[in-house]
Amino acid sequence: MAGASTVSRQALTAFLLRLADDHLVLGHRLSEWCGHAPMLEEDLAMPNMALDLLGQARALYQYAATVEGAGRDEDQLAYLRREREFSNCLMAERENGDFAHTMLRQLYFAAFMEPAWQAMLSSSDEALAGIAAKAVKEVAYHIRHAGEWVVRLGDGTEESTRRMKAAVEALAPYVDELFESDDVTAAMAEAGIAADPAALRPAFDAIVGPIFAEAGLDWADVPYGQTGGRKGMHGEAMGYLLADLQFMQRSYPGAAW
Amino acid sequence: MYSQGLIGAKTETTEDEAFLAAFQARIDAEEKIEPNDPMPEGYRRTLIRQIGQHAHSEIVGMLPEGNWITRAPSLRRKAALLAKVQDEGGHGLYLYSAAETLGVSREEMTEELLSGKAKYSSIFNYPTLTWADIGAIGWLVDGAAIMNQIPLCRCSYGPYARAMIRVCKEESFHQRQGYEIMMHLARGTAEQKELAQDALNRWWWPSLMMFGPSDTDSQHGDQSMKWKIKRFTNDELRQKFVDATVPQGEFIGLSFPDPDLKWNEDKGGYDFGAIDWDEFWRVVKGGGPMNRERIAARQKAWDEGAWVREAALAHARKRKARREAARMAAE
Ligand SMILES: [Fe+2]
Ligand SMILES: [Fe+2]
Ligand SMILES: [Fe+2]
Repeated sequence: MAGASTVSRQALTAFLLRLADDHLVLGHRLSEWCGHAPMLEEDLAMPNMALDLLGQARALYQYAATVEGAGRDEDQLAYLRREREFSNCLMAERENGDFAHTMLRQLYFAAFMEPAWQAMLSSSDEALAGIAAKAVKEVAYHIRHAGEWVVRLGDGTEESTRRMKAAVEALAPYVDELFESDDVTAAMAEAGIAADPAALRPAFDAIVGPIFAEAGLDWADVPYGQTGGRKGMHGEAMGYLLADLQFMQRSYPGAAW
Repeated sequence: MYSQGLIGAKTETTEDEAFLAAFQARIDAEEKIEPNDPMPEGYRRTLIRQIGQHAHSEIVGMLPEGNWITRAPSLRRKAALLAKVQDEGGHGLYLYSAAETLGVSREEMTEELLSGKAKYSSIFNYPTLTWADIGAIGWLVDGAAIMNQIPLCRCSYGPYARAMIRVCKEESFHQRQGYEIMMHLARGTAEQKELAQDALNRWWWPSLMMFGPSDTDSQHGDQSMKWKIKRFTNDELRQKFVDATVPQGEFIGLSFPDPDLKWNEDKGGYDFGAIDWDEFWRVVKGGGPMNRERIAARQKAWDEGAWVREAALAHARKRKARREAARMAAE
């Protein structure tokens, strides 16, 4: 925890939990597809990406538990916090919708995380740099896989183009939130732990832009962006996601599995 | 997960005796039959049916376990379950590929599954009601699968045998993982032990049924044995499974829902009670608790995925056309 000397334990914990929640919640959504994908290859690819996200979430929760020093473990952080304590971005929790929505959501998140992990490779916090080293390879695959689907669907049939455009419209309000800065991210940037999210936007555009160009997609106008996830203000679907995720731990308090 | 004792394949074949004798000589010499080798039509048909049933079982088997991925009780268990269900999908993929070497496409096989013409293992027509069912399925269902599949690694048809070698390694990992879940529950709180016992009570008899009808009632067994598609009879495999599994259950303090289950010193194996074959046939014929839901879920995924599959094809065609146009322009 090299960053601890320059950053408060509380701020670092908050930052790690955001990142962990993003990965857990998006992995949960992706895993909902398991067994129901449009083709068998995707019944392998989506759980594969969900496993990557879950693995990253676990590494982040475990480290957050250490930094927090309150005696909680990864499962208590994932299963016993309440909705208002979850600080994932709204993008991660959006419902799957059709396959076009799911792949676009995946592309957006991966294109946000790729430069974020790249920057964390040289984090002043060694533990986080270690997590980034593994994640950076996984996220490159997510960009490739989701990006290829965005191109195929955008430049496929009339129906797939229509659905892909609808996905762009539907997810547009949740893009800007990814790049919001606040006290927590400012403290991380100042301590050299992680990049300021606002600084990641050009890299995100450089990833998504060429994919959209190839897919024949345009950015949607966003008159009113949505925000609040980092402060624990989620969409109405989030409560159901947590009810599902936390069901066993809530039903059998204190049991070990 | 697994291929059930094969149901409903017709092994009759119409080739002349010299052809059949030459084929049988290769089988008897333990030669592997490869896709382009001459083979009796009955052999090909039996294999397509069996490999198809096995592939469908892997795919339909993703549903009952997939039912618990989002609700797994710890992050470690969730990761293991996701990986397991993904492995089953992978098994389905190798098996469809093995069947394709016999001249049947994955699309055709999928349509037969959805129309009800092709069967899958009936075990998946039972519901997963509690978390302990994930332990019971790994322990018992993957355990029964291994009993069936280890001999299939020596199946006379090369592509199937090779697929089974790869699959068996993963199935035995699944079996140990499932047993470990059961052990953990059986040694946990009173409530957890109850979950484990209840799951064993519900899954035990259907697991025994996975080996298929008793040898006395199974019509095609002999020919499949002669062609070395099968190496053991349904009853032999069932007995091996009981003998391997009962001590494991007793070791963790669970009891089996069979008052007639007891060690028989003379035969060196367990005696067990009569299987309810009426239940077996009812479930095979569509009357199990989940038959409709399982097929409906596969049908929904297939129908709702159609536009995605069509888009992928359309995009590939467009790319090819653009490449060709660019090449023409360059020339
Ligand atoms: Fe299997
Ligand atoms: Fe399997
Ligand atoms: Fe398995």
